[in-house]
Amino acid sequence: MPPESVPAKLPLPDLHSNPPSVVALFLAFAKMSLSGFGGVLVFARRAIVDEHRWMTADEFNEAFALCHFLPGPNVVNLSLVFGSRFRGIVGGVAAFAGLVGPPMLLVTVLAAIYSHFGQVEALRRGLVGVSCAAIGLLVSAVIRMMAPLLKKRDVLGFVVTAAVFAAIGVWRLPLPAVLLVAVPISLAVTYAKTRWAA
Amino acid sequence: MSSDENPLFQLFWTFAVISLFAVGGANAAIPEMHRIAVDVHHWMDDKQFADIFAIAQLSPGPNVLIVTLIGYAVAGVAGALVSTVAMCGPTAALAYFVSRWLTHPREARWPAIVRAALVPLSIGLMAASALILTQASDNTIPALLITLGAAIVASTTKLNPLWLLLVGACLGFAGILG
Repeated sequence: MPPESVPAKLPLPDLHSNPPSVVALFLAFAKMSLSGFGGVLVFARRAIVDEHRWMTADEFNEAFALCHFLPGPNVVNLSLVFGSRFRGIVGGVAAFAGLVGPPMLLVTVLAAIYSHFGQVEALRRGLVGVSCAAIGLLVSAVIRMMAPLLKKRDVLGFVVTAAVFAAIGVWRLPLPAVLLVAVPISLAVTYAKTRWAA
Repeated sequence: MSSDENPLFQLFWTFAVISLFAVGGANAAIPEMHRIAVDVHHWMDDKQFADIFAIAQLSPGPNVLIVTLIGYAVAGVAGALVSTVAMCGPTAALAYFVSRWLTHPREARWPAIVRAALVPLSIGLMAASALILTQASDNTIPALLITLGAAIVASTTKLNPLWLLLVGACLGFAGILG
């Protein structure tokens, strides 16, 4: 347990009569986004659960689970869902704008710099090194996600993973076509497994 | 699609569609972004795509901002804005409506099954991202060693990933990668 979560015994702030303001939502999401290197989720959890105590850890997990099974960028989905709980659609848009807006401006400036200096050899060499390390991070994320499947000896899960990997990574098939086949198969397999286990 | 079509419309359509199929977040959609940006529309070459991926990983904020960089490369600031809105807007709106309709997701059984069914898919997609990016960037032995080293350190320690990216930048800058 990190030390920040110790004062959790204090009464939760009264969010019904005094929800976070639209400006507070924008600023909080801008801050977590701009400190989020290599993914914002960790910072979002820390800010929402530990720092502002806008949600308990369980509520956060539940809200994130919903955003995780829907398509699209998960944390971005979460910002709109989260903000709208407190301040309606305006609050949702404020959280969304805070999360996406400031880093988007920053990235646009970087894109402009790259378009001017992208041919500079030293810069390119550095970026190639970054790219290699970032691919390593992706590989470690894959390993981390596979661990539960390994533990459960989920052979069918591995078969689905390997099939999707081959279709997209090796054969380079279009994503929509692959998913239109893979999602129903994976759903059927998962449903059969829960029936069989019960 | 005809080639004289407005590039902003093309960007919007492309990323709105990709976002709806982005199972497991932005990194899982990288293969499709690569296929469309490099193979279908020839907006950029493999090396530029790898560079853009690197810049997106170096900057703070959600990983999805790689689409901002692709949009800028195609149509400048307007392209950056349109691509970001297209990638983030429709699915966030979908999440908003579903969350209102499904007020108690824990009590419903099918979301748990859907989630469990999507996990193997998103793992396969992320692994495909890693493969495609490896093939797109310089495919040398030192490059693969840096990737392997970063994967091992990230899997076994809680080191902030930014340090790994900076070490990669220094090694690349020093000319290790040729």
